[in-house]
Amino acid sequence: MKDKVMRAVFLAAACVCIVCVALICVFLFVNGIPAIGEIGALRFFLGTRWKPGQGLYGIAPMILGSVYVTAGAVALGVPTGVLTGIFMARFCPARLHRLLGPAVSLLAGIPSVIYGFFGITVLVPAVRGLFGGSGKSILTASVILALMILPTIISVSEASIRAVPVHYYEGSLALGATHERSVFSAVVPDARSGITAGVVLGIGRAVGETMAVVMVAGNQPIIPRGILEGVRTLTANIVIDMGYATDLHRRALIATAVVLFVFILAINLLVSPGSRPAAK
Amino acid sequence: MKARSAALRAAVYAAAAITALTIVFLVGYIVVKGAPHLEPELFAPKYTTDNLSMLPAIINTALMTVSALLISGPVGVFAAVYLVEYASRSSRLARGVRLAAETLSGIPSVVYGLFGRLLFVAMWGLSLISGAFTLAIMTLPLIMRTAQEALLSVPDTYREGSFGLGAGKLRTVFAITLPAAAPGILAGFILSVGRIVGETAALIYTAGTVAEMPKNAFSSVRTLSVHMYVLSNEALYVNQSYATALVLMVLVIFINAGSNAIAKKLTIHSL
Amino acid sequence: MGAEIEISNLSVYYGAVRALTDVSLNIPEHGITAFIGPSGCGKSTLLKTINRMNDLVEGFRAEGGVTVGGRDVYGGIDVTQLRKRVGMVFQKPNPFPMSIFDNVAYGPRTHGVRARAKLEAAVEKSLRDAAIWDEVKDRLRRSALSLSGGQQQRLCIARALAVGPQALLLDEPTSALDPISTSKIEDLVTQLKAEYTIVIVTHNMQQAARISDRTAFFLLGELIEHGATEELFSMPSQKKTEDYITGRFG
Repeated sequence: MKDKVMRAVFLAAACVCIVCVALICVFLFVNGIPAIGEIGALRFFLGTRWKPGQGLYGIAPMILGSVYVTAGAVALGVPTGVLTGIFMARFCPARLHRLLGPAVSLLAGIPSVIYGFFGITVLVPAVRGLFGGSGKSILTASVILALMILPTIISVSEASIRAVPVHYYEGSLALGATHERSVFSAVVPDARSGITAGVVLGIGRAVGETMAVVMVAGNQPIIPRGILEGVRTLTANIVIDMGYATDLHRRALIATAVVLFVFILAINLLVSPGSRPAAK
Repeated sequence: MKARSAALRAAVYAAAAITALTIVFLVGYIVVKGAPHLEPELFAPKYTTDNLSMLPAIINTALMTVSALLISGPVGVFAAVYLVEYASRSSRLARGVRLAAETLSGIPSVVYGLFGRLLFVAMWGLSLISGAFTLAIMTLPLIMRTAQEALLSVPDTYREGSFGLGAGKLRTVFAITLPAAAPGILAGFILSVGRIVGETAALIYTAGTVAEMPKNAFSSVRTLSVHMYVLSNEALYVNQSYATALVLMVLVIFINAGSNAIAKKLTIHSL
Repeated sequence: MGAEIEISNLSVYYGAVRALTDVSLNIPEHGITAFIGPSGCGKSTLLKTINRMNDLVEGFRAEGGVTVGGRDVYGGIDVTQLRKRVGMVFQKPNPFPMSIFDNVAYGPRTHGVRARAKLEAAVEKSLRDAAIWDEVKDRLRRSALSLSGGQQQRLCIARALAVGPQALLLDEPTSALDPISTSKIEDLVTQLKAEYTIVIVTHNMQQAARISDRTAFFLLGELIEHGATEELFSMPSQKKTEDYITGRFG
């Protein structure tokens, strides 16, 4: 009897996850899709002006904004992260690793407000000083996001390089290749699918990041003309207007969240093990 | 050939150096700028615009953490128990739950914030409880996944031994499996604490920004991360912001280190 | 109520695979019966069918009859009660990650004993019966995982005895142990047969010859031969048995 009751309780708990996803989807789509219809799909997705006061709800600047800062973060963070991962897996002395390993996981744990704060107090003035302008720009946001995705990319790269069978490396050494060449030509290619998964994970984190970006990106809902211009991302758009938006404005934000949700879902589908293409 | 090897080596070392220097600079900057401004009035029992005390925010953070985990903890652990101990690995429900958990863990926190505002704030207003429910959903997949892994790492011989003595499934779960999995489950809880403490976007429009201790579950509260955001946004209180950032950072570092230590102990133990 | 085990025309399937074919065997009370045979012959399957531990395996199905003390094991019996009456000791010692005392008290507690004094008495008696009391009496609060492999296995026997079973099923209980621990367990099992019906699965023919009263030889899921141990080892009636016990295969 007691067994049956608790079994039902466990089952119910397991279903909570599904219910939550269903609820979130229903709330987003039921509110968001009609809003897109009301605004007009073309004017919503391709509209270049976001002026809720005048009934203009174009999110093209925000879509581009998210793409730009993410691309910037990838351009800066991925090479640094992957190379650091390679260093930690194959070049790092054990004693240094005992310091660097925890330091990287420390970076992963730092809250986004602190990254944002660091951005405001250090990076924004630095960019302003070097390049002029306000300092709040695509470049600044990209640097901060690159920092934030660094630990993910480092740890996933390191783990997948360590998972490569050691005889690949030894086989290459035995042919007279140098340590560097063996690592880069025999080991890293075999870890490529794992590294790719880490990069995709990092992209997901960059697209979804909100507070740090809001604090350093300037947030102008305008299509930027250069990397020193301010920019507003999809996440920023939601959080900036959420406090006071009502009616269609609010539903336009929900529609923005739908776009973001679909973005993230598509990115996650790329990395989930079932659908990941064998990258070899 | 030689030259290429040297170039590769240089690139690897440069990247590692950039990473290391960045970490040292980021952490060092916050410490150096924050430490001198850690004044006692920042920990005054009551927040005023003069003292900018973060103590209420720290207490609110603790309350928020406990409330959120009171919801997601049992649900996540029980769900893991169902998936590991009851459901067959290939059942459609188990696959559905896994997919749902993966989806949940990918959703950006700002979307949780928006969802919480639409659902919980509509019912309870900007409040501790609205924030707690929002964060409970957000931490659920993390707690569930770590609990699942911990339960899976419990050797089947323990279960056999218990069944062999005539114990039922439920007794085996509560007396043997869950206690044996406790360190792993705890590590997941602490990891969730770290996420809750560091969260801003999901809280700012669900729990609100009132910098006082709550009267009840329906009072609006400001956690330390939100406090940090508000302070740095106002840009008037730079010194206090540095100090607050330092406290927040140290807090989260300690929490994550605790989780790692427990997880490490667990892997040694299970070998 | 007796604890004689009767197996009649038993066939066991795992999904589409037949693991046991038409086995009939009587296991008398107060004696040691050994199951021998090469790996995969079905001897462990038969053992786990007696206390229904096979229920945990997906796709398991049994046809035919198994009775313990005259009661049909697969006919509406309470599995909990069955396992209380038929204790089991596993191949690898599997003490729970808790104190020595709590390990032995786990069974009685499971079956509703709460009184401190009663638990202490049961724990002491079981540990004495399992010939490990003197080694652990001063450290009952220590973790069971701190014991040596042989001690752990005797602790597991004590844990099984604490439930008050009438029969004990031992699934290769010494295969993970050194020779000294093995002989301690063998002595213990020989002492226990006065009170319990004992079935032991073993790979070790010398062990079967040393301690068992009756032996059953299995091959490819069939019971080839069974009888008094002395007879079976000295003059097997089947060629296959002779080949196995003289070491020609297996």
